[in-house]
Amino acid sequence: MTLKTFGFDQFGFLIFSLQWTILLTVIALIGGGLLGFAVALARTAQLKPVRIAAATYIQVIQGIPVLMILFLSYYGLSLAGFELPPLVAAGASMTIYASGYLAEIWRGCIQAVPKQQWEASESLAMTRLQQYRYVILPQAIRISLPPTVGFAVQVVKNTSITSIIGFVELARAGQLINNATFQPFRVFLAVAALYFVVCYPLSQLSRLLERRLHAGSSR
Amino acid sequence: MPEVVVENVHKSFGALEVLKGVSLSVGRGEVFALIGRSGSGKSTLLRCMNGLEKINSGRIEIAGHALGGDAKALRKLRTDVGIVFQSYNLFPHLTVGENIMLAPRIVKDVAKPKAREVAREVLQLVGLSEKFDSYPDQLSGGQQQRVAIARSLAMRPKVMLFDEVTSALDPELTEEVLMVMEQLARDGMTMILVTHEMGFARRVATQTIFMHKGKIWERGPSATLFADPQTPELRQFVKSDVK
Repeated sequence: MTLKTFGFDQFGFLIFSLQWTILLTVIALIGGGLLGFAVALARTAQLKPVRIAAATYIQVIQGIPVLMILFLSYYGLSLAGFELPPLVAAGASMTIYASGYLAEIWRGCIQAVPKQQWEASESLAMTRLQQYRYVILPQAIRISLPPTVGFAVQVVKNTSITSIIGFVELARAGQLINNATFQPFRVFLAVAALYFVVCYPLSQLSRLLERRLHAGSSR
Repeated sequence: MPEVVVENVHKSFGALEVLKGVSLSVGRGEVFALIGRSGSGKSTLLRCMNGLEKINSGRIEIAGHALGGDAKALRKLRTDVGIVFQSYNLFPHLTVGENIMLAPRIVKDVAKPKAREVAREVLQLVGLSEKFDSYPDQLSGGQQQRVAIARSLAMRPKVMLFDEVTSALDPELTEEVLMVMEQLARDGMTMILVTHEMGFARRVATQTIFMHKGKIWERGPSATLFADPQTPELRQFVKSDVK
């Protein structure tokens, strides 16, 4: 293989791989969001065993590196006879990882809604489901926007871990190009710049939402 | 046939017994004022009446419902018993109109046009017709509290509970809320109010109950109770009220 230099084609490959990074992020946020939402509700449930189960889940997920979740779902499951394609293993791992954190973020947001809102809606004869749907969640979702968008930035960056199992997203693409060009400074600078281009607007959005939350009215 | 019956109710928070055998009975259309120092158990007693606090023993019956049933029975009770809190507790993400219409719509399945009609009616009752589309944070404390009263009234309750509803308001705003409550009393609503407004209790309440150390210390028609307190504790309490 002849030595290439980092040029237009290589940059095009990075852009192409960035799509996989973004796809993986979207999968993690949607999957992790659904699972995390369920866990957050369980975390604030009335039944104590349900709360404990949810808390345990969150503790376990937050207490182990994403890398281990990734290895377990990729190598572990293949040893057990389930051959997962890298995208599925990567998507599942990022989903589990995101669910553990989103659950905890959203639990905090649900509990940030004043206790009196529960009492007032309960006193109006609403069921618990109605309280969540019409009174608590609309307020909790508003509170949750800044930290959720902020966490999305973490997810974008952490998808780079999936390069380890050979999933070709942005970081892995950078490694491949570097192996062919031996121009690590240029290559990884370009990779870093691309991550930044995705993350910076998200960070700014999170800050904007936060300012609006604090400056604006409570609705 | 009394609208509210409380019989030998005991309530503890952990080791602290806050209600030590309280009994009372409120007839339809009567207005009861619960007075006493903070910690005397008056707010807890009120909150027990709509199941916000569970009693340890005794019996409470209100608007024809007995407390102590399952969640469904409790919800049925609550459709007939309104409560207004010190901190208003309006839903901040909803307009005044939506605040009022929400429970009738989703709890009692009232159709939207009808719910809107009821909302306009109760808003007019509390003198805030023009605030239908405002959000709670655009209103003064007194206005928010009047909306909270209207929100309760929209459920067509048989009994209304008021838990220190003017304690967070300055005197001028207190007056506008008390006027609404006085109007309700005149219209024949059965009301139980925990209050520090002695003048209001004396003027509007048919009966006043003085609570002390988790017990009903003294009770009677408001006029006589305030004019001629029998116990040194009530005498002291009435005297210390500067208003």
